[in-house]
Amino acid sequence: MQNKRKLVNYAKWGYIFILPFFASFFIFSLIPLVDTIRYSFYEYYRSGIKEIGPNFIGMANYASLIQSDMLKYAGNTLILWLIGFIPQIVIALTLASWFVDVRMRIRCQQFFKVVIYLPNLIMASAFAMLFFTLFSKTGPVNSILMSLGVISEVIDFMRTAFGVRTLAGSMNFLMWFGNTTIMLMAAIMGISPDIFEASEIDGCNSTQRFFRITLPLIRPILAYTLITSIIGGLQMFDVPQILTNGQGNPDRTSMTLIMFLNSHLRSKNYGMAGALSVYLFIVSGILCFIVYKITNDNDPDGSKAAAKAKKKRGG
Amino acid sequence: MRKKLVSVLIAAAVVAGTLAGCGGGSDAGGESQGTDAETASDAGSADAGSADAGSTDAGSDVAAAGGEEGKVINIYSFNDELRTRITAVYSAIENTSDDGTVSTLNDGTEIHWVINPNQDGVYQDKLDEALLNQADAADDDKVDLFAAELDYIVKYTDANVDVAMPLSDLGINPDSDLAEQFAFTKTVASDVNGVQRASTWQACPGVLVYRRDIAKEVFGTDDPVEIGKKTADWATMKSTAEELKAKGYYAFSCYADTFRTYANNIAGPWVEADSSTIKVDQKIIDWVNDSKEWMDAGYFDPTVTGQWNADWFTAMSSSSKVFAFLFPAWGIDTQMVPNWDGEEGAWAVTNAPLPYNWGGTYLVAATGTDNPTHVKEIIMALTGNQDNLTKVAKEYTEFTNAQSVMDAAANGTEFNSAFLGGQNPYGYFADSLSSIKMAPLSSYDQGCVELIQNAFGDYLQGQIDYDTAKANFETAIKERYPEILEIQWP
Repeated sequence: MQNKRKLVNYAKWGYIFILPFFASFFIFSLIPLVDTIRYSFYEYYRSGIKEIGPNFIGMANYASLIQSDMLKYAGNTLILWLIGFIPQIVIALTLASWFVDVRMRIRCQQFFKVVIYLPNLIMASAFAMLFFTLFSKTGPVNSILMSLGVISEVIDFMRTAFGVRTLAGSMNFLMWFGNTTIMLMAAIMGISPDIFEASEIDGCNSTQRFFRITLPLIRPILAYTLITSIIGGLQMFDVPQILTNGQGNPDRTSMTLIMFLNSHLRSKNYGMAGALSVYLFIVSGILCFIVYKITNDNDPDGSKAAAKAKKKRGG
Repeated sequence: MRKKLVSVLIAAAVVAGTLAGCGGGSDAGGESQGTDAETASDAGSADAGSADAGSTDAGSDVAAAGGEEGKVINIYSFNDELRTRITAVYSAIENTSDDGTVSTLNDGTEIHWVINPNQDGVYQDKLDEALLNQADAADDDKVDLFAAELDYIVKYTDANVDVAMPLSDLGINPDSDLAEQFAFTKTVASDVNGVQRASTWQACPGVLVYRRDIAKEVFGTDDPVEIGKKTADWATMKSTAEELKAKGYYAFSCYADTFRTYANNIAGPWVEADSSTIKVDQKIIDWVNDSKEWMDAGYFDPTVTGQWNADWFTAMSSSSKVFAFLFPAWGIDTQMVPNWDGEEGAWAVTNAPLPYNWGGTYLVAATGTDNPTHVKEIIMALTGNQDNLTKVAKEYTEFTNAQSVMDAAANGTEFNSAFLGGQNPYGYFADSLSSIKMAPLSSYDQGCVELIQNAFGDYLQGQIDYDTAKANFETAIKERYPEILEIQWP
């Protein structure tokens, strides 16, 4: 009894300190989240200034979304994301392994790291605006190409699916490759130098070292980058929205899922937008689950599984 | 035991709080209550109004409280056009703050200018939000007066919605006080029962504005009468375009420029009242077909793909090869003047191939305003006062909403415009106006006009085929207006 009283419990201070976060999360995130899901089962929109609903209509919103062009927009989103992600991961991997390579001794590393990160600091919408002006029919890109004699007629980048998608994709690439580079550098630097040294003594060349040592060892971070990038890609909005003035031109080929969501919000169609959000939520949820599994993997290099298998075989 | 009780209590409090939050979030309950309350107070104040026959503010909450005016007048608008016009004509305004957000009247009342851009529907979003909360808002936060453009005025003047106060409730008699206004501006500002709920200071008959130097080079003359013969109707206009093309010029900048002349002459509204079907008029299909023909023939500037973008503005500059633009008076003042970089007097005005009306900003008094007297004064000063309308016409080259003023302007020389090389455009505006057959409006006009141009823009640019364009329009319009179930093509 005496002993028990002397024990001072500091745990409550911990709870008090994290309380503001939970309170604001509860008010500003959780309640709207629950409301979004609730309204997805309702017919609820505004016609002019009249409010229609909310009337409970079950899964009708979900069904009509499936019948709409939602999957086409999902495809657009995927294509836009791939155009940005593939060069992003390739360049980032290359730069990261160069930067940490002791033998290359790249000068002014800090400077380059800052420079490649810079595009990320610009607001996406401002960046899109800039590209829109640069690549417009009367913009500088066209006039430079014309005066150099590369092209004889102005190219209307914004009027071809290829042009808009490439522009949006390369903007995403420019904005995010610096970020990925720095993350991968951290991952590579986390690999014990002993392993690199040992491999060199064993006569490993740089290609082998990259594919046999670096890549397998940064696999968890690579997977994390991939998944977070997919989730970010799912939410792609500002760049194509501004580039195409919200229309997803031409022929809705660059309309992403969130732009689709936004066009429902023009009529304050909370029901339909809610249902679309729930779809996105489920997809993101699955992806998050995967990334959780990977980052919490206690057997990242597969050695334990291999040992187990060996045991079984040997057993 | 006590601890348990406390924790149960806390848990109960949390659950109750959650439920209360949900209850507040659901607009269903709150909204219907609000409407009930409003109806009740309306009925009450209407009674008060009839009891006190001299009171002009029947229908407002304040009437019951003894006719006391609020201290703040909130005016919602989408640009500073309305502010400059009101400041120019409303003599009670003593001064305006440097940032243009607050004006003070001589009786100490403040006007708060709430300006949100039209872009992406921001203005209407904010206005709708404020109007839906009108019943519960504090007096100083209530919307008192707002601006609405012709494209969406029906949304607000709808009698069932009742967010726009009938002018008669403000004490304005449209038949006598606004007798000088052009008839069609009064018709479009009225609800289905013919009650006028808005008033404008401008009529927007469209004309054809052309470059004098190009006219001289191609046709040998820049005389508006001679050029007018060449632009008399679409058939003649086509051969004129051919002549221009032969000399390397474009008749118009793009297909969007000609849209209003067709869209303003449709036979029926886009959507009939209480219908969920969009009826696309034959005139719109004519526009698509004619534009395709013109586009393929090379009568439009291929670099311009729509209005309100940099390419379009560039087409108004001296380096452009575009012969003409179709604009009402406001277009010349707000679009052409700032984008023209050559010498003054390079443009002239003549008749358009088809008379049309494009736009117009209407003043609407919000139901529930706490400043009915001031609102009435402002509406009368800007839209019903001949002297003021003359002043606005002179200062801003506007075609103002007063028959006699505009008749005088067309015949006098004091309205000659330097930008138009000393020409007096008012005769052409008046001619256009007299033959305008105002298109029947619906509350879906803005979305229909915007989205059909987008969908068929892709078709005209050769991106997609005709049927895909139709399908794209149907998809887009159903997204914008969930209550639309069917689209009928002619």
